[in-house]
Amino acid sequence: MKLSLNWLREFVDVDLPVPELARRLIDATAEVESWETIGANWEPDKIRVARVLSVEPHPNADRLRLVTVDAGSGTQQVVCGAPNVAPGQKVAFATEGARLRDGHTGESTVLKLRPIRGVESAGMVLSEKELGLSDEHEGILVLPDDAVVGRPLVEVLGDVVFDISTWANRADLLGVLGFGRETAALTRKVLREPDRTYTESGRNVAELVSVTIEAPDLCRRFTASVIEGVTIGPSPAWMQERLQKVGMRPINNVVDITNYVMLETGQPLHAFDYDLVRGKQIVARRAVPGEKLVTLDGIEREFDGEMLLISDGGGPVGIAGIMGGGNSEVSESTKNVLLEVANFRAGSIRRTSTHLKLRTEASLRFEKGIGPEMAEYAQRRALHLFEQLTGGAVAKGLVDVYPGKQPRPAIIVEDERIARVLGIQVPVEDVRRILTDLGFVCHFVPPGRYSVQPPDWRPDVEIADDVIEDIGRIYGYDKLPATMLRGKLPEPEPTPLMDLRERARDLAVAAGFQEVITYTLTEMAKLERVVPPSDTVRMAPLAVVNPVASQHTYLRTSVRPSVLETFAANRRHAEAELRLFEIGVEYLPTEADLPHERPVLCAVLGGPRETRWGRPGSDRLDFFDAKGAVEAIFDHLGIRPTFAPRTEFGLLEGHTAEVRAGKEVLGIVGQVHPQTAAAFDIAEPVFLVELWLEDMVRHLPERPEYSAPSKFPEVRQDLALVLDGATPAGRVLEIVRSHRSSGVRIRADVFDEYRGPGVPEGKKSLALRLRFQAEDRTLTDNDVAKIQQGLVVRLGKEIGAVLRGG
Amino acid sequence: MPDVDPRIEGLRTEALAALASASDEAGLEQWRITFFGRQDGRVSALLRSIRDVPADQRAAFGAAANAVKAELEGALEARQEGHKSAALKTLTTEAALDVTLPGRPQPLGRLHPVTQTMRDCLAAFKEMGFRVAEGPEVEWARYNFDAARIPEDHPARDMWDTIWVNTLIDGERNMLLRTHTTPNQVRVMERTPEPPVRVVVPGKCYRQEATDATHEWMLTQIEGLAVDEGVRMTDLKGVLYGWARKMFGADRKIIFHHSYFPFVEPGVEMAIDCFICRGNGSACHTCHGTGWIEILGAGMVHPEIIENAGYDSAKVTGFAFGLGVERVALLRWGIEDIRNFYANDLRFLSQF
Repeated sequence: MKLSLNWLREFVDVDLPVPELARRLIDATAEVESWETIGANWEPDKIRVARVLSVEPHPNADRLRLVTVDAGSGTQQVVCGAPNVAPGQKVAFATEGARLRDGHTGESTVLKLRPIRGVESAGMVLSEKELGLSDEHEGILVLPDDAVVGRPLVEVLGDVVFDISTWANRADLLGVLGFGRETAALTRKVLREPDRTYTESGRNVAELVSVTIEAPDLCRRFTASVIEGVTIGPSPAWMQERLQKVGMRPINNVVDITNYVMLETGQPLHAFDYDLVRGKQIVARRAVPGEKLVTLDGIEREFDGEMLLISDGGGPVGIAGIMGGGNSEVSESTKNVLLEVANFRAGSIRRTSTHLKLRTEASLRFEKGIGPEMAEYAQRRALHLFEQLTGGAVAKGLVDVYPGKQPRPAIIVEDERIARVLGIQVPVEDVRRILTDLGFVCHFVPPGRYSVQPPDWRPDVEIADDVIEDIGRIYGYDKLPATMLRGKLPEPEPTPLMDLRERARDLAVAAGFQEVITYTLTEMAKLERVVPPSDTVRMAPLAVVNPVASQHTYLRTSVRPSVLETFAANRRHAEAELRLFEIGVEYLPTEADLPHERPVLCAVLGGPRETRWGRPGSDRLDFFDAKGAVEAIFDHLGIRPTFAPRTEFGLLEGHTAEVRAGKEVLGIVGQVHPQTAAAFDIAEPVFLVELWLEDMVRHLPERPEYSAPSKFPEVRQDLALVLDGATPAGRVLEIVRSHRSSGVRIRADVFDEYRGPGVPEGKKSLALRLRFQAEDRTLTDNDVAKIQQGLVVRLGKEIGAVLRGG
Repeated sequence: MPDVDPRIEGLRTEALAALASASDEAGLEQWRITFFGRQDGRVSALLRSIRDVPADQRAAFGAAANAVKAELEGALEARQEGHKSAALKTLTTEAALDVTLPGRPQPLGRLHPVTQTMRDCLAAFKEMGFRVAEGPEVEWARYNFDAARIPEDHPARDMWDTIWVNTLIDGERNMLLRTHTTPNQVRVMERTPEPPVRVVVPGKCYRQEATDATHEWMLTQIEGLAVDEGVRMTDLKGVLYGWARKMFGADRKIIFHHSYFPFVEPGVEMAIDCFICRGNGSACHTCHGTGWIEILGAGMVHPEIIENAGYDSAKVTGFAFGLGVERVALLRWGIEDIRNFYANDLRFLSQF
């Protein structure tokens, strides 16, 4: 909403500097986004008010005139091209050196006088564009008649226009009066309310129009009046100026009055051409579904049965609270005006304007909620202006149908509650002053309560805490000290999954992975690259109705696509290895419920390993880097995983494993299928890890399995086995690690795999480092030899392994 | 010593000459093996040969042989010491490193800056007794709006442009991507039969809006909620003050502006004093010359929401706040464009 400082000053004295006023309003009332100073560049001695004394033709040019003006210091002659210049007008007059805008380009310029077509010009009569007020350059700006000749223009037209965002519950702040009241309360000034007096010189209104409300649930109050014998014409310059400053186009005196009063009070009004109202009757009723009306903007609109229409004896003439119909519009030929000022249910206006996609100044105000008493207030204010500005006669009385009249109960505000909510004591005199300034009726009932009647224009105030907010914001939140919470702490609640997730995040970082966070909405084509058609859950992702872009339509059922995409995007800038991970959720649809949000860790790595110099080397990251990362993470978490070959959609068979704990699969690790990688624009071998945190959490040990380091030395032995080429090394390790012999523990690692000369065709050689350890004694060479012998026999029996060279 | 076996003196002379001619570590080692080797070292052999010396001369032979042994060992040690210190000297001179050469790359990952900021925020609140909870990103309209006192036909809904999920349940479209973490106020209170509640709820939120340097459609929020008897607005100020000082420096100041959110009463916006221009920059891009940076929305939980949770709103009060993690990250690091966060360019991410 735009707020003119001059207009505000009509209701309250403002002696604060503009930035200070803005700051106070921001602190207590609404968000002042910015302000614009009108006339900041108008030097008082160079741009003044002048009166046009005479207009003569230019001797050498048909389209130019010689204008004689009085600018307060004698008469001067200027050359002027404006078609609308006429004797008697008050105009803005600039002399040599004035800072202006160019009438054509709009750029800043300084006035330099020179003869125009052979005639000297003493100055310039200015257009709105030249003053920087608008783009209007068709004619000169005509000032209000009461502008004093010779007065600096900045004193007449200079103003500050604030741009303010107001809150969704404060329709009263969509009127200048609302800000007048706030400013008065904030600066302890007196509010001057607008004049609402007029003479009822016309006929009895009841004889002129009847009003019926058929939908009292949607229309709480409807007031109507009639002004007969109006003269349609432009509204006075002061009114036009104000309307324009806040962004509204002047139309004619009748329409301008309705807009002006709306901008002043926040209450919308609507003027009908009385003579076009059929049957001289108005009905507020629900639309018949499918009913149509051409609105003022020339568009035909169709209504449903929940939309409130204003009808006359012949059919709809307006959409209640939103826009009037073209069939009853005030025009040049209007003689008599029917003025509607009504109150409609906020939610209904909101719904109708949303459905019709029609937001108007009126609907924006009604949907925020307006007190029904404001209808009469605005009606009387408008009638005052009608009488002053249109020459019409105001009919006697008001039609006032008010089925929604309800006494508003007083709100009891306990002093104790103020302290309970705000945390401070507010002195009684401050509470009373603040509430009274804001228009509340406030009685202090000793020892400690207030009986408060909120004002008509504040339907948002419903409960004691609403009143406390008004007290707090005007009193000043800067008076609140910062205190610490007291009292009991809540019971701790275990969060194992969250804890695991954060540990996994740290471990992935420690393993050299950079965390990424990608968009959770994706597109079907990308999911299809990594999800098998047989996965009916993941292939049926939830879609959103109104995506920000089509590539963000589906809630992802796999994190893999976006991490692979991120890999590809970064490959463009990076030569060496890339290790990325994200912890995100898969949104898995469920029947008639919110989706299951399943957290996974997805990591992707690949590229040439860095050399000592940090340059891409010839050796590339491979499957075992990915697996190593999984092993490191699991080792830290205290889960002992096993790995087994797996067929996984989008991953390369023979290069992919599932990660298991016992019988349960906790994730996968493998090479992305080259075709899948290619679909993501990745042309190199790339490896993917996915860990399923919900499954992992069940396998977390409560605490690490700890054993004290043995006091006895361990014995190390290397063992070279020859076995079938297809037997997995994991199987060998499983046997060795499970081998128990007289309380001796064997730890085993593979340190080489070899196929080739010296090993029979179809066989391979595995080199193992064994570490033998007893808890209770130092092992002798003999002990170890015996255990090893037993182990080799077992390996022979179970998997046909023999000692190499043995 | 006229009666000393001449072999001893001969060996001594020979050994010392050989030692003198040994020029490097390998020569010294060879010398050691020749003269002191366990099996056939010549000094060892000499000592063993005492068996062949007549009994009456053995004492003298032994003393002389041992003296020579000690002398030779000493000589070797001296030579070795000399070599070691020469080698050390070489290390510190000719073999000195160019320490400005790059170190060997170590693979160390990093947390995303949003995660880092999130954790720092949560840590600040945890220190003040808040625990952490989470809630769903895909949410019912009932929790996102209605339970937060934002009914369907209320203009307050304009404050949150919603991305709706295309699912009809019982003929109604009521599933959405949560626009804020506020639904968790109700969710947390629902599962807490009795106050106190003191919780922070982090998570992703979504808005149907065009992205620019300061707006993203996917964002991360932290919701804070403290509900108990005796929770006051001054406590809200204290908690947020503590947090702001942790995140933005101990000399930070905060103020509350009036604001409106349907789920709180009173409602405020919190601003911190501009630590970029320190209130002196009329052209400051961060505070736009106001000296204050709007940073989060907060307020006292609306009594209706307290009542709906089954608590007695006459006694129990609470405060709530919602802060945007990306905005905090932008401010603390002076990042100009929020879109950097989810573009995931490592050239950006690797700087945090």
